[in-house]
Amino acid sequence: MSILKGKKVIVIGDRDGIPGPAIDECVKTAGGEVVFSSTECFV
Amino acid sequence: MNCVVKGSAYTLVNAPDMLLHNGTTQTTEMIVNPESDYLKQLPKHLRKFEDVVNYLPNQVYIGNKTPEDLAGVELPWYNKPVAGADRFGKLGEIMPQDEFYLLMQAMDVFDLVKLEKNFVNKVKPAFEKHPLMDAEMVARVKEGVDKSEIEKFVNEEHAEALYQDNELIGYVKKAHDIDVNLSAHVIHENLVSKATCVLSMLHLVKTSGINKNEVDYVIDCSEEACGDMNQRGGGNFAKAAAEMTGFMKATGSDVRGFCAAPVHAITIAASLVAAGTFKNVVVAAGGSTAKLGMNGKDAVKRDTPLIEDVLGGFAVLISEDDGKSPIINLEIVGRHMVGTGSAPQAVISSLVADPLSNAGLKLTDIDKYSAEMHNPDIPGIGDVPLQNYKMIAALAVKQGDIEKSDLAAFPVKHGMNGWAPTQGHIPSGVPFVGFAREDIMSGKIKNAMIVGKGSLFLGRMTNLFDGVSFIMETNKGEGAKGSGVSEEEVKQLIAKAMKEFASSLMSE
Amino acid sequence: MDLENQKRVKEFAEQLGAENIVVVLGAAEGEAAGLAAETVTAGDPTFAGPLTGVQLGLKVYHICEEEMKSEVDAAVYEEQISMMEMVLDVDDIANEMQAIRNEHTKF
Repeated sequence: MSILKGKKVIVIGDRDGIPGPAIDECVKTAGGEVVFSSTECFV
Repeated sequence: MNCVVKGSAYTLVNAPDMLLHNGTTQTTEMIVNPESDYLKQLPKHLRKFEDVVNYLPNQVYIGNKTPEDLAGVELPWYNKPVAGADRFGKLGEIMPQDEFYLLMQAMDVFDLVKLEKNFVNKVKPAFEKHPLMDAEMVARVKEGVDKSEIEKFVNEEHAEALYQDNELIGYVKKAHDIDVNLSAHVIHENLVSKATCVLSMLHLVKTSGINKNEVDYVIDCSEEACGDMNQRGGGNFAKAAAEMTGFMKATGSDVRGFCAAPVHAITIAASLVAAGTFKNVVVAAGGSTAKLGMNGKDAVKRDTPLIEDVLGGFAVLISEDDGKSPIINLEIVGRHMVGTGSAPQAVISSLVADPLSNAGLKLTDIDKYSAEMHNPDIPGIGDVPLQNYKMIAALAVKQGDIEKSDLAAFPVKHGMNGWAPTQGHIPSGVPFVGFAREDIMSGKIKNAMIVGKGSLFLGRMTNLFDGVSFIMETNKGEGAKGSGVSEEEVKQLIAKAMKEFASSLMSE
Repeated sequence: MDLENQKRVKEFAEQLGAENIVVVLGAAEGEAAGLAAETVTAGDPTFAGPLTGVQLGLKVYHICEEEMKSEVDAAVYEEQISMMEMVLDVDDIANEMQAIRNEHTKF
């Protein structure tokens, strides 16, 4: 069963890992709706 | 005209009480969870000044030790003190908090910083003895005030309290009753930034040997903003700091761009020199109180000392070609573009791979990369430099510059361990500029790429990332010759012209 | 996790229903991924943010986990993420995420 399809997706990216907008691009192709996307920074 | 890196300086200020009272991790905790265990445990994790001085990464920062020294020591570093470490270094110093409060007052031209009488009397002799504080600077330190006055302003007038060893020893007054941009909190943060910037520039004068009157322009690239309610980021830290340093012929401006700002600023400075607009441009930045103890929760959780207990500062002098200092090659400048996007490979391509391939170079043609030199000994942040080197290595595999089996060796060969405190803009590539200058001039390496990256999205104005990069390389001495005409060349030119004139006469 | 992000997660869970939400992370290492995953399932372990003591039990994945990769268009994944598979410790991250999901995810 699909995890992302038709779901509301909250993206919490990481500046030194994968940033939010890069994850957004992926999620959209899997049929997820990004309702909020942010990128965290620990430095 | 070529432009060169003529000198650099690096300073740290140990600020344990500011960490407790001004670091945002702590001030946030005081609001949301004032009785928390974290706040109770925190003071036990603070280091003594001696331990800050004998901490290996700090010794690297001020130039007494080198990145190679660091490479030979296994993590963690906090329990491996450097024997006989000096607070003064080849490229700067580590200043204790008490002396710094006097410097902060000396930087204050609006009578906003007040220090307690006994405190001033106790610390002033050390300040007077400081090798870079001249009589004029010492004279800016005022007579102390009574403790009752300090208590009154802190308790009744929203003044920002100053502590030494947890004792109230002074305050920073608000500069306006209503304007939040001139609140005591903001003035405190800005004066700290200004003072650490000036300290770095004073060291730069010493390390580079530049005559103060020959500095034409200063660019401040810190992360603070000064102004009032009508222009919150009006500026100008650069000129304020230049005034205090005694750069009487200079003006300046502020460049902002989060942690990428120093690399933006150096690129701009280099362009100003290359264009012939100015001969000597200083790029400098002070430290940030907000980031003190930023990852303190991880330190307490792991029961390690709080390493994020220093404010950082640096200053770099960009000058006309002197025929020997490393050149900043403005033909190879990387930039993260609006259209680049956020994918890590796109980011690293735009900053590192694209500018090189445009110049016909491979990723392996750069001897050393310096990108975000955060100290991995700080718990909770991971190994940011290593992460960057791995990304560059992965890209090198993708474009066929190295084999996949060489992936692990790349960071060792082309990278370094990080040694800079998490002071935002401070780690951004520039901590290596001093060593790069030395290593390029000694022939140890032929070039280095300095990479700055910034998290613009934190300002909530864009979701974009940012970054810039530039290259420092061996000065072959060609530019200096080409930039002016020597006496010998003039003689040759005249001789040639006369010969031509003579032969033209003879042929007539 | 940043306090504002916690606030948003909480608001969306209340507004859209926790069962309809998936959180996707991009953390740089296993421990950080685990902390973020714990925050949106069992509550903020640092006791600082709006999710302190709030057990949302949300479905949470890291973008580098196989479960995510298999659902994303391969070309887009290649362009946006693939290089980071060489950089991040994907196994460590996946183990942390799996452990948190097993213990705290309700959906």
